[in-house]
Amino acid sequence: MSGYLNIRNLSVSLRGGGPILRSVTLDVAAGQVHGLVGESGAGKSMIGKAVLGTLPRALQITAGEIWLDGQDLLKLSPGQRRHRIGATTALIPQDPLTALNPSRRIGPQITRRLVDILGWTKAAAEARALELLAEVDIPDPRRVMRTYPHELSGGMRQRILIASAFAAEPKLIIADEPTTALDVTVQKQILRLIAEMQARHGTALLFVTHDLGVVSKVCDSLSVLYAGKIVENARMRRFFMHPIHPYSAALLAATPTYTNPQGSLMPVPESVIETVEQEVTAHDRRWGRR
Amino acid sequence: MRDARSELTRPIGVRLWLSGGWLMLLACAAIFAPWIAPQDPLAQDLFLGRMPPFWENGSEAGFWLGTDSLGRDVLSRILYGARLAMIVALVAGTLTCLIGASLGLIAGFYRGWPDRIISRFVDIWMAFPPVLFAILLIAVLGTGLTSIIIAIVIIDWTRFARVIRAEALSQSAMDYVASAQVAGRARFGTMLTEILPNVLPTIVALLTLEMGIAVIVEAILSFVNLSISTDSPTWGGMIAEGRISVHQAWWVLVFPLITLFLTVLSFSQLGEGLKDRFDPVLR
Ligand SMILES: Nc1ncnc2c1ncn2[C@@H]1O[C@H](COP(=O)(O)OP(=O)(O)O)[C@@H](O)[C@H]1O
Ligand SMILES: [Mg+2]
Repeated sequence: MSGYLNIRNLSVSLRGGGPILRSVTLDVAAGQVHGLVGESGAGKSMIGKAVLGTLPRALQITAGEIWLDGQDLLKLSPGQRRHRIGATTALIPQDPLTALNPSRRIGPQITRRLVDILGWTKAAAEARALELLAEVDIPDPRRVMRTYPHELSGGMRQRILIASAFAAEPKLIIADEPTTALDVTVQKQILRLIAEMQARHGTALLFVTHDLGVVSKVCDSLSVLYAGKIVENARMRRFFMHPIHPYSAALLAATPTYTNPQGSLMPVPESVIETVEQEVTAHDRRWGRR
Repeated sequence: MRDARSELTRPIGVRLWLSGGWLMLLACAAIFAPWIAPQDPLAQDLFLGRMPPFWENGSEAGFWLGTDSLGRDVLSRILYGARLAMIVALVAGTLTCLIGASLGLIAGFYRGWPDRIISRFVDIWMAFPPVLFAILLIAVLGTGLTSIIIAIVIIDWTRFARVIRAEALSQSAMDYVASAQVAGRARFGTMLTEILPNVLPTIVALLTLEMGIAVIVEAILSFVNLSISTDSPTWGGMIAEGRISVHQAWWVLVFPLITLFLTVLSFSQLGEGLKDRFDPVLR
């Protein structure tokens, strides 16, 4: 297997209930940006959470492998796994409002991982945090380190979370719709910032979004997810020139960029939805609804 | 963005001043009662029975708030009664808080079987009417200060457990808890460093409220004569005795009643005030 993160036939289901992810397989190559696209509720966040080990309790992994740097995470003990993920992987979350602890100052929330996992001294971790805050264009980082999250705007908080994600020089960052909760005016800046930081640090990035337009700008490859099932894995150029799956093609046609620049937003045709639904049902039948 | 430092110098509200002031006054009364009480609270003198407070005709010098039917000084008895009230408030309140909040935190954060066990106990507990429960417990444990404290803890830990469990539950669903986990924090550490600070304002509010409740419970038990032995003055005991002679000597009932009322009110107001100050989002 090539790539830094390899997910193989990952199935997640509600405890005592139906499937949420259906044999998901995808690769994220080292230093590359891989897009994960799908409608709201398709299961994009659950893929990220399965990798990070933070799935909601109601869900469980029923089958599959999650290889991180040549090691299957699901074969490790919970403690080993947490440590391994902490040392190599970081998350840029969707909602900067709930992603920072409201009752702790910004500083310790950034330095936490450096001190806890990498064993840095407090002084070194603080110096690093200041450096990163400056890198994400936060004015007066020293003062910001002492503030509480509620004193900062959403855009500022997301910048801080980006700084925090890159602070420990992780090999992989999972960005779960990092701009969805922000004002439209801030979204572009944050998107550019993430792309710049990724390029400068050479981090592999799993970029979760429901916006194909964004994917076309920042990603090297992508996966399309429908109802917990990957309908297409592709390199960027090939995908936009020649999508294989009808759902991908419909999605592409519905996006007001690239193939369709004037673009009115079109719904995905009924016939296509029927095709994918049939595939999903066929999958469930074959795998006994796990 | 606002400056965090300016908020620390913000004036304390009137509510905090008044309630905090009254409780400080009571704490001083409790500590220094032997030195500041004008009379021996137990000394009986039937010739001084039912003397009115100082502003009424027929009052006696040195007996500021009058005397009861046995000639004991009401003010001195209230001051000595503050000792017992404060001890019960502090010890029972703190113990109840420690036990209830810990269990609630564990149940809400870990969920699974710890939650099932703790929640089941809370449900069973809440099915008992608290006053009957208290009387039953005192009957088993016997009267006395320790019994009262134990009874309050046993009855009231559920108040903390229930509320703190719900708060811990909603905090645990927040992304920052997941982030802490991804950052490699052990679960127990996450509970203490991430969840606890966010439920602390609620714990403080519940604690002061519980102190007020402890004072009331002690008064009720004294009122029905199930508290400390009758020779140490208690507010509840005074209210019980005063009630009998209220038509001849209203002051024997009214002064301890006012004291009790102000104390309980202060505890609850202090809790609300502190909660607002501690809460980083409301602050
Ligand atoms: N805590 C949970 N309990 C049960 N089901 C959940 C939970 N969280 C998410 N789901 C289900 O998992 C599916 C995928 O959710 P999610 O990964 O958040 O979608 P998205 O692609 O929008 O990120 C949804 O259908 C949702 O109903
Ligand atoms: Mg999502």
